[in-house]
Amino acid sequence: MGKRAWYWLLLIPFVATLWPPFYARSKPALFGFPFFYWYQFAWVILTALLVLVVYLATREPHGD
Amino acid sequence: MTSGTIVFGTLVLAVTVLGFLAARWGHPNLNRLDEWALGGRRFGTIVSWFLLGGDLYTAYTFIAVPALAYGAGALAFFAVPYATIAYPFVFLVMSRFWTVAKRRGYVTTADFVRDRYGNRVLELAVAATGVIAVMPYIALQLIGMQVVIERAGVAPTHAAAVLAPVVAFVLLAAYTFTSGLRAPASIAFVKDALIYITVIAAIIIIPARLGGWAHVFAAAQTALAAAPKPGSILPAPPSYLAYASLAFGSALALFIYPHSITSVLSAKSAGVIRRNCALLPLYTLLLGFLALLGYCALAAGIHASNPQSAIPDLFERYFPSWFVGVAFAAIVVGALVPAAIMAIGAANLFASNILRTFRPNEERPAIETRSARILALVVLCGGLLIATRIKPAFAIDFQLLGGAWILQIFPAVVLGLYTRRLHPQALLLGWAAGMLAATWMAVSTNFSAVFPLRAGGTTIAGYLALYALIVNLACAALFTWAFNATGIEAGGDLTAPSDYTA
Repeated sequence: MGKRAWYWLLLIPFVATLWPPFYARSKPALFGFPFFYWYQFAWVILTALLVLVVYLATREPHGD
Repeated sequence: MTSGTIVFGTLVLAVTVLGFLAARWGHPNLNRLDEWALGGRRFGTIVSWFLLGGDLYTAYTFIAVPALAYGAGALAFFAVPYATIAYPFVFLVMSRFWTVAKRRGYVTTADFVRDRYGNRVLELAVAATGVIAVMPYIALQLIGMQVVIERAGVAPTHAAAVLAPVVAFVLLAAYTFTSGLRAPASIAFVKDALIYITVIAAIIIIPARLGGWAHVFAAAQTALAAAPKPGSILPAPPSYLAYASLAFGSALALFIYPHSITSVLSAKSAGVIRRNCALLPLYTLLLGFLALLGYCALAAGIHASNPQSAIPDLFERYFPSWFVGVAFAAIVVGALVPAAIMAIGAANLFASNILRTFRPNEERPAIETRSARILALVVLCGGLLIATRIKPAFAIDFQLLGGAWILQIFPAVVLGLYTRRLHPQALLLGWAAGMLAATWMAVSTNFSAVFPLRAGGTTIAGYLALYALIVNLACAALFTWAFNATGIEAGGDLTAPSDYTA
């Protein structure tokens, strides 16, 4: 398994956010935010983390 | 004259001075196109973060998305997944584009298409699409500025309030002409500082005054349900496809706009772009909270005659006068920065790919930079024209229309980065079909972005940009097969596989 396999991780946010039936609901709420809202906000952060992981894993040792 | 007016006027003036001073940054030779247009391709992670943030998060974020939340409810939040999934996509595609552009000295997407497909007509089509698509997006920036300037009290009479955006606009054109990309890059620092201060203050102060977020959501739901065209804070099943297709289509379109390309190519390495894909989502959180301010405006019982003014009205009600000045300056500067980069990006396309095609014998760098400067002004005027002529229900429809057009260069530019299998003539036919389909659908829905596609007795409402892209890709694939079968020459390719990887 080469470094390129890490890129598959980048597909996850597409699946998680492009299928509204997953998350178009109000419960469970968090800090007053219906699920629909906090779920999408959470994916902003999770996606940034996934990109960071892929960046670190696929970085060339001497280049950038 | 209130303290807010003074704060607003001072900040906007300071930013204008900064725009002109930017010409001295790094003592560049601004007669060279890559110095004027790309800041010399020298920006590191931090400058690029501010520049890309300033470029991508615009009056769309501060005015148009909250206005849609205020007027239509949950649908507006497609912008959150849009500005999320754009980054994994950009991480892969744009670092590849940066690499080939650096290796071969490209300033625009059309430069790449010319070398990759050896087809001047396709190059012209890609360049012209960029110029046209960016104009409604500039129109959106001008509308954002107008809404705020009318309220800021800088104009003593109504006539002056109408004229003020034009003045801001002329100043913008002047410093863009002088300083090139260095102007928006330096102003972006001020812009982002103002925006973050404003939004953080807003999300702390306003929901607390309204009784907390749970109450804001409940009150927004009541207000939306009672509207003449009822809405909801949760999307209904028939709108799922519209929601997802608006997010997906917008994400694919975001980075092939000329202004995004300009900012991407100004980075000093592909690593700068990749790192920024992990850092830029911070602005997406900001975008989400700004959209929620549309709900705060509903919960506060603000009755805006024009949904675009809901957020400025909300700020005026809950902020002290001097801070309203800060917030309004943030919105105006937040619209000026991207408008400047959009004008530069479109002017690059015009000068490098359209003029050069017709005047191939003239000396290149000097004439390109001179014409790019003049064309930046022409593009800004085009935006002004659209802003005054087309009146969609929501300002966001301007951006969605631009997206529908720009997405039609996706097969040639983005697929072209990975494969040369599509025939250039077929790409051209696909592009033409996609542009016609997008324009026809936009006109038939009176410039709304969601098109009700009727198929087999059911109606599937989705983002018309994606429908047009499907038409485009189908034509490109079909004609590639037909041209290859009949042995029509596919043209040359000046790029080598090694140009795409660092």
